[in-house]
Amino acid sequence: MNGYDVVVVSAGPAGLAAAHAAAGSGALVAIVDDNPHAGGQIWRGGPQHQSDARAGALWTALQAAPNVTFLPATRVLYAPAPGQLRVQTPSSADTLYYGRLVLATGARERLLPFPGWTLPGVTGAGGLQALAKGGYPVTGKRVVVAGSGPLLLAVAATLNGIGAHVVAIVEQAPLPSLLRFAAGLPVTPSKAMQALRLGAQLKGIDYLHHSHVRSAHGDGVLQSVQVQRGQRREPDILQCDFLACGYGLLPNLELAQALGCAITTQGGSAVVRTDDWQQTSIPGIYCAGEGTGIGGVDLALAEGRIAGLAATGHALHIDAVFEQRRRWKKFATRLARAFALRPELATLAGDDTIVCRCEDVRHGELRTHASWRSAKLQTRCGMGPCQGRVCGGATEVLYGWRPDAVRMPIAPARVETLIV
Amino acid sequence: MLDATITLQIDARAVRVSPGVTVAAAIALAGSMVTRRSSADAARAPLCGMGVCYECRVTIDGRAHRLACQTLCAPGMQVRTGGGAP
Repeated sequence: MNGYDVVVVSAGPAGLAAAHAAAGSGALVAIVDDNPHAGGQIWRGGPQHQSDARAGALWTALQAAPNVTFLPATRVLYAPAPGQLRVQTPSSADTLYYGRLVLATGARERLLPFPGWTLPGVTGAGGLQALAKGGYPVTGKRVVVAGSGPLLLAVAATLNGIGAHVVAIVEQAPLPSLLRFAAGLPVTPSKAMQALRLGAQLKGIDYLHHSHVRSAHGDGVLQSVQVQRGQRREPDILQCDFLACGYGLLPNLELAQALGCAITTQGGSAVVRTDDWQQTSIPGIYCAGEGTGIGGVDLALAEGRIAGLAATGHALHIDAVFEQRRRWKKFATRLARAFALRPELATLAGDDTIVCRCEDVRHGELRTHASWRSAKLQTRCGMGPCQGRVCGGATEVLYGWRPDAVRMPIAPARVETLIV
Repeated sequence: MLDATITLQIDARAVRVSPGVTVAAAIALAGSMVTRRSSADAARAPLCGMGVCYECRVTIDGRAHRLACQTLCAPGMQVRTGGGAP
């Protein structure tokens, strides 16, 4: 049986909250996720194994609900017709039919190119955290955590906790921005507590603000990084086995775009447009969590709950959730302001630095182009298997380009999946 | 690893891992993080860790372009990376 009242795409906090809210009224609900376990990135490895009690509670309730189906290792590829999604697992393909759809596709990291960033050992910041949670061998390894945002602290704490030696945390934001942000934390006591806990776990690790990794070096594998600290003339050289480097998060918009949902900008970044009930410009399709703007787990839970209730026609008496959403949206705005990227970060790539890793297209070949489209047609930038998910975020910062419409299927598909 | 219970094949090597370990991790445990070679023949290893960048794609049980970071190790799995000699 492949027909559901509500299909929720992705099983992070927003998706689980949406599924839970929708299932409460007895609706048939399916949750689709391309990972082997539920939880998304923040609750990676399974919601039942998290210190955040909300994760376990949601998962226990969903597991116990006879009207909820979880489809792991399942990737959505395209929409053959309204109300349908074509999906692929490692061994098969299928079509799911839905009455209402909730997109909770989360975010990815913004990765910026710099000389040496393609060396084995250079990963995203959340990237290395995710890999380590899957058993990647980091114990005893020297790690530089770099980029921007509070995620760096969480990554360092995770790596530290499993026995990696965190050499330094390199944060591009300058001190005044960080202090302003920290001064606002008491408004959201749970975040202040989280910051204190992280601070305690990270005691003794250098936190270098107003600093960034200029380049990575090594013979076949990463051995060291050069770190620019403020306006200093000479970079610091840090020896390391891993560089975990990410410059904040970008919403995963591909599925929403492929379905025709309107995109808008919020604080300069592209997000899915939603109304008060988390409904997109397409009736019956809702969006919750990072897709509507980067806001973190608390906002994702509030939006997911609203979307799940609205998708099942129960969006009454939820003023308290509206209030939570409003509060966490304000927090997200402060976050974005504090960790805004400094312009120097757009100047790290040299002419021979690869920007598009799928097609090995270099900065020197790209910088003369006027648009994403022109670069794509003439250099193949963004035309590899990641479909511009990595270089799109980079070329936006480097050249001010906005990727154009998405292609179907939105992820590489096997031929037999496409033959229906 | 004392509780290793899964044995799989990474290129020519047998690797023992604990349940719940990803293929990306098993490849790194086998000695080199390299999963593929780029179109200009440079070694590449996992980058995003979450199924977005496709740098970790390998051949698993004869099926090409599987993402090592999103695949859990299973007993007897045959993994071929693009990292070694062809």
